[in-house]
Amino acid sequence: MGPGVRRDDILRALFGLLSLIVAWSAGASSAQAHPHVWITARSEVVYAPDGAMTGVRHAWTFDDMFSTYALQGVATKTKGVYTREELAPLAQTNVESLKDFAYFTFAKADGKKAKFEEPVDYYLEYKDSALTLHFVLPLKAPATSKQLALEVFDPSYFIDFKFEDKDPIKLIGAPAACQMQFQRPNDETANTQRLNEQNFLNGDNSNYGAMFANKITVNCP
Amino acid sequence: MTAAAIAAVVIFDAALHALMAQNPFGGPRPAAEPQVGGVIGWILAKQSEFYREMSATIRAAKSDGSAVWTLLGISFAYGIFHAAGPGHGKAVISSYLVANEETARRGIVLSFASAFLQALVAVAIVAVFAWLLSSTAKTMCSAEKAIEIVSYALIAALGARLVWTKGGGFMRALQAKPELAMASATAHHHGHDHDHAHHHHHDHGDHHGHGHDHVHDEHCGHSHGPTPDQLAGPGGWRRGLGTIFAVGMRPCSGAILVLVFSLAQGLFLAGIAATFVMGLGTAITVAAIAVIAVSAKGLAKRLSAGHEGGGALVMRGIEFGAAGLVLLFGLGLLFGYLAAERATCL
Repeated sequence: MGPGVRRDDILRALFGLLSLIVAWSAGASSAQAHPHVWITARSEVVYAPDGAMTGVRHAWTFDDMFSTYALQGVATKTKGVYTREELAPLAQTNVESLKDFAYFTFAKADGKKAKFEEPVDYYLEYKDSALTLHFVLPLKAPATSKQLALEVFDPSYFIDFKFEDKDPIKLIGAPAACQMQFQRPNDETANTQRLNEQNFLNGDNSNYGAMFANKITVNCP
Repeated sequence: MTAAAIAAVVIFDAALHALMAQNPFGGPRPAAEPQVGGVIGWILAKQSEFYREMSATIRAAKSDGSAVWTLLGISFAYGIFHAAGPGHGKAVISSYLVANEETARRGIVLSFASAFLQALVAVAIVAVFAWLLSSTAKTMCSAEKAIEIVSYALIAALGARLVWTKGGGFMRALQAKPELAMASATAHHHGHDHDHAHHHHHDHGDHHGHGHDHVHDEHCGHSHGPTPDQLAGPGGWRRGLGTIFAVGMRPCSGAILVLVFSLAQGLFLAGIAATFVMGLGTAITVAAIAVIAVSAKGLAKRLSAGHEGGGALVMRGIEFGAAGLVLLFGLGLLFGYLAAERATCL
């Protein structure tokens, strides 16, 4: 029995060591440990006269630290004042970079993924030492679905999205019967997945940021 | 050990909160409570909290110099917590230490050196691009990305080299094993295993059924295996330097943001100090984890000591596995399978 017991011990120690290291690799794949950029968002869901949803108009205000970072090297006539024209190249950079992240906006029409085209009508505004990025995301094909689900979040949670307390979401030109529901990520009623040691260690956190998703649902019977 | 570490962190946290309570500027809006639980969730919540407090404190320091001390305190705490969260740096350092027969002391040196380099690179990037050249965020982001790729490639190269060298040892141990079992009665074998192999047989015979495992340790512990320097092989320190560069050359996005922000507020020096204090906090956590990794390996070694050849096989196997992990980390990061903290590019 002697050697057998000892072999078990060895295996246990080995297993402990390996799981420790694997835990780190899983940890590394969980991407952002915490957000570095905070966005306060306001969004409008835009409808065409025929009742089809055509796109989303976002207004995202960045936190002051990121605003300062983004404004680095932007030339202005008056110090501390940035006009829309002076910020135009930066706005362009922003929307181009956002493409890599699918604009952090994920839409489903009747449960089917709906795709967005490249943003239009984009511009930056500088007010109270914060930058606000305005842009419109047109849907590739206007959606006439009964249910539209929109999620706004960063899957890697580098950016924290918080919707404005007052009027976070507006429906523009939606048919009268349409009803909108909005669910914040830290809403107690939200059926959000909780991150704890268990799913952290088993690597089930590929979509880590999803539990910080803002969920908008529009039902048009 | 973990419990002690957590206790220490809790005490430190309480102390820091007492310090914050005296902060006359009041705190900014607290970070949204994330839906996370457990120790990891708590670590994530804490670092988020500290990070958010930094910008308000830098603003406060503009009118009141004493807020710089608060900034340094927050930066230190942030560094400690940030490094405790997920990240490839400590995983690479720990795997490297396990793959090589490294001492805990060397792990500590590696941790501090790479954290110091990381802070230095962040300061250099912001000093050159933001302060000297007045570059745009886009340019700075491209520079960050370029450095990132070089850093990941270095990790992969380091891993490949480790796999190459450790693979040989592992193969030798694999081949040596059956040979040892067969020749159990012979006193002498080639290589470094011959000494204790003899002892083992002796002890096994005596203690069969008793399970007095400690006897083995007493007997063999002192003479087991080659010394660390022998295993580290030629160029051990130079390879350590490679690890420092591979891990430390990629700056932390948080540090870059804090530096640019403090530069814009006319408090670049305070930002630089905060970055280095942040690095100090990071180094402490990474060093603690590195020491744990080295101790864990030491434990595995003690447990496997004197397993006729099997001990060597287990240890070479662990080293080979750790070497493979370094390579996987490098490749995973390089090709985007593993997401690291991303550069601030929007």
